[in-house]
Amino acid sequence: MADILNAKIPEGTLDSKWTSHKESLGCVSPGNREKMHIIVVGTGLAGASAAAALGEQGYRVNVFCMGDSPRRAHSVSAQGGINAAKNYRNDNDSVYRLFLDTIKGGDFRSREANVYRLAQVSNQIIDHCVALGVPFARDYGGYLDNRSFGGSLVSRTFYARGQTGQQLMLAACSALNRQMAKGTVTVHCRQQMMDLVVEKRRAKGIITRDMVSGKIDVFPAHAVVLATGGYGNVYFLSTNAMNSNGSALVQCWKKGAFFANPGFVQIHPTCIPVHGEHQSKLTLMSESLRNDGRIWVPQKREDALALREKKIRPSEIPEHERDYYLERRYPAYGNLVPRDIASRAARERCEAGLGVSKTGWAVFLDFSFAIARQGKKVIEDKYGNLFQMYEKITGENPWKEPMQIYPAMHYTMGGLWVDYNLMTTIDGLFAIGEANFSDHGANRLGASALMQGLADGFFILPYTLPGFLADKTGEPCPDPSADAFLRARSEVCRRIERLMSMKGRIPVDHFHRKLGVLMWNHAGIVRSAEGLKETIPQIDALETSFRQGAGIPGNSFTVNQELEKAIHLEDYFILAKLIVTDALYREESCGSHFRTESKTEEGEALRDDKHFQHVAAWQYNSQEKDHLLHKEQLVFENIPVTERKYK
Amino acid sequence: MHFVLKIWRQAGPRTKGYFQRFEINDITEDTSFLEMLDILNNNLVKQGIETVAFDHDCREGICGACGLFINGRPHGPDEGITTCQLYMRRFPDGSEITVEPWRSKAFPVIRDLMVDRRALDKILQAGGFISVNTGTAPEANTLPISMEKVQESMDASACIGCGACVATCKNGSAMLFVASRVSALSILPQGKPEACRRARAMVARMDGLGFGSCTNIGSCQMECPKNITVAHIARLNREFLYCKR
Repeated sequence: MADILNAKIPEGTLDSKWTSHKESLGCVSPGNREKMHIIVVGTGLAGASAAAALGEQGYRVNVFCMGDSPRRAHSVSAQGGINAAKNYRNDNDSVYRLFLDTIKGGDFRSREANVYRLAQVSNQIIDHCVALGVPFARDYGGYLDNRSFGGSLVSRTFYARGQTGQQLMLAACSALNRQMAKGTVTVHCRQQMMDLVVEKRRAKGIITRDMVSGKIDVFPAHAVVLATGGYGNVYFLSTNAMNSNGSALVQCWKKGAFFANPGFVQIHPTCIPVHGEHQSKLTLMSESLRNDGRIWVPQKREDALALREKKIRPSEIPEHERDYYLERRYPAYGNLVPRDIASRAARERCEAGLGVSKTGWAVFLDFSFAIARQGKKVIEDKYGNLFQMYEKITGENPWKEPMQIYPAMHYTMGGLWVDYNLMTTIDGLFAIGEANFSDHGANRLGASALMQGLADGFFILPYTLPGFLADKTGEPCPDPSADAFLRARSEVCRRIERLMSMKGRIPVDHFHRKLGVLMWNHAGIVRSAEGLKETIPQIDALETSFRQGAGIPGNSFTVNQELEKAIHLEDYFILAKLIVTDALYREESCGSHFRTESKTEEGEALRDDKHFQHVAAWQYNSQEKDHLLHKEQLVFENIPVTERKYK
Repeated sequence: MHFVLKIWRQAGPRTKGYFQRFEINDITEDTSFLEMLDILNNNLVKQGIETVAFDHDCREGICGACGLFINGRPHGPDEGITTCQLYMRRFPDGSEITVEPWRSKAFPVIRDLMVDRRALDKILQAGGFISVNTGTAPEANTLPISMEKVQESMDASACIGCGACVATCKNGSAMLFVASRVSALSILPQGKPEACRRARAMVARMDGLGFGSCTNIGSCQMECPKNITVAHIARLNREFLYCKR
């Protein structure tokens, strides 16, 4: 078993592992690179940067994206910033401290060597992005500015107004565009990956569906890189984009790639609350707002009720009748506690009947103090576009009254299991960015997703993937007319025919929304054994009613967005059950995963290191109950395993 | 709320299109425009009618995927937002709303309200980048850049590539789109070495792809969801003229 889950962590001291590993990796000679074909699926920060960096080296890269342009991938929506251990504030930041914060933020459920490497390359990312023309915020002297984020006591987050993700995305895409112009990279737009082709436990290529013509195509390659992001849309309402989906992950899982820690999903504390039953998604308000905003609810229930009925305005509640519950419970970090803690605390206050907004499921994020202290101009410079966005969505003016926020599904720390080289348990299949599991443990810190995506894509995969290819330069590109390809292709065709033959009249969204509610209630901020156990049969029942009642008008040979939704929903059913299975298995509370059975007397999460200090990697079995669990024990040699305290 | 929708239907790029009329009821004020279309589509599924195809993704105004011509204006009646940020409270109850795709020679209709905007990426491939290989960059603070310059670059770089500027231009010109990229990069010292080549190559590619010429009307600035101004077109023109010398 140990052999199957070999993380291949290099020997040596923590700070020398990556350097010595790079030295040990093989290379492909420049003349041979153009004969090596690489597929990259997904064009977010991880995918675009990986494809560009591999293209620069001279490999033949085929990139697949679902949108009409690579630039639209969901990394674009990241607002707040990107972390790096530059120590530009002279506040005692270092590679070690970024490593420490990330491990601690992840509640000791991530791999030491991977996280240390992430912190090591973080500075190079900033250097490269500045060179690519990212207009990061600067101070009056012209030097780069930083702000603080949750879970850290230093200021290390680089930002470009509230559009950091978009600016980094433009930079990564510009590098990609440069390679397209050179002819090393080809981008295939409006294509969805439908299956992974595997032969003798080696990835050989992918099957795609053209979302305009419906054509099912095969693409062979020497290696396949999955950069398809996370699976947060299982929960229907989330901060993810509408087209973000977990389908490629499911296909790879079914073909033998292990799925690690699927139950670790992050619920972001600062989102615009749910307001109506037709709502299609939830909008994030950047975590950076917690730098200057104070979170509170009224102390008295009658005030909360009056606020819900709009009988009083928030500003009418006097200071001493407000409960700044994060500052009260966590004086050291205050409003900047990590996301999981802030989310649970908001839920706890609302459960106690102190929530505001018409639904009672919201808390205040108040800027009046910051505006009084720093002036409106300063706050406007920092968060102007976020205030505008909030006003457009809610119709309320955040300059006058506090914002209302509530946690929402946001990010998935779980993903395909990868070794130190970012290779999955299928040879030649790599997973990068949110699609893998490796760096964030049980909870991701703010501004670390952009860092990880670009670290994997620009600075890690471009070393480890050639290392894999080094002894395969004599291999021709797999033959697309081989049996494995034809079989996979016809399976995909059958699947689409099966979906198109559903004769009901109920829209796919109806079932997806129901699945989301189930998952939010039982596998959301708080989970219990009882709740989780009853969820799987409910998901099964929902899936049955989907197959009996759903319908897709039109045909599959043209744009058919209902068909696309149905394909994703089929895979969400599988993912939902996997999330529940993993959440049920992990009988401890750690990071984002909070089991009601495992808490301290004060109600804080209680980890069980004795039994659960490992990665839970699930191997697919066609008999659902028989998915095989593999454990990768996590060893902490460079950091004392302590209780995660933010008090 | 209740609305009458006149929506453009077109089966494919070479098929003739037409307006189809729908009535929709029980829409709440806090429903977004795209959520209203979701509701319409779900109603169509219940009747076994093919749904209205439209592009959308992030639904928070940053990916640039959505773009509908609503009552004759790209992204609808409000300023400084994308279609997905438009809410039904903006329309009078009972009103008739006309919904069309972007109409421009360089953006062929794929289906219904969905158009092919790949031409924009082709312009970027002509030079909308800084030629630096991964791993070769100097330390990020080696070169201080004044706050004003960076903010100006950021203003231009806010472009989300939605194509509203092209859709609204009577000439179908992509001038604001090209200018925003040229401007964002050439303001920064890192983008200077290629500034000349970039401006020329991108304009040439734009012309070659069937976009029209700029005649300084300024409707692009009016309709840009990210409030990018024609001042950047002036900068592009200057870069371009310097190159010609």
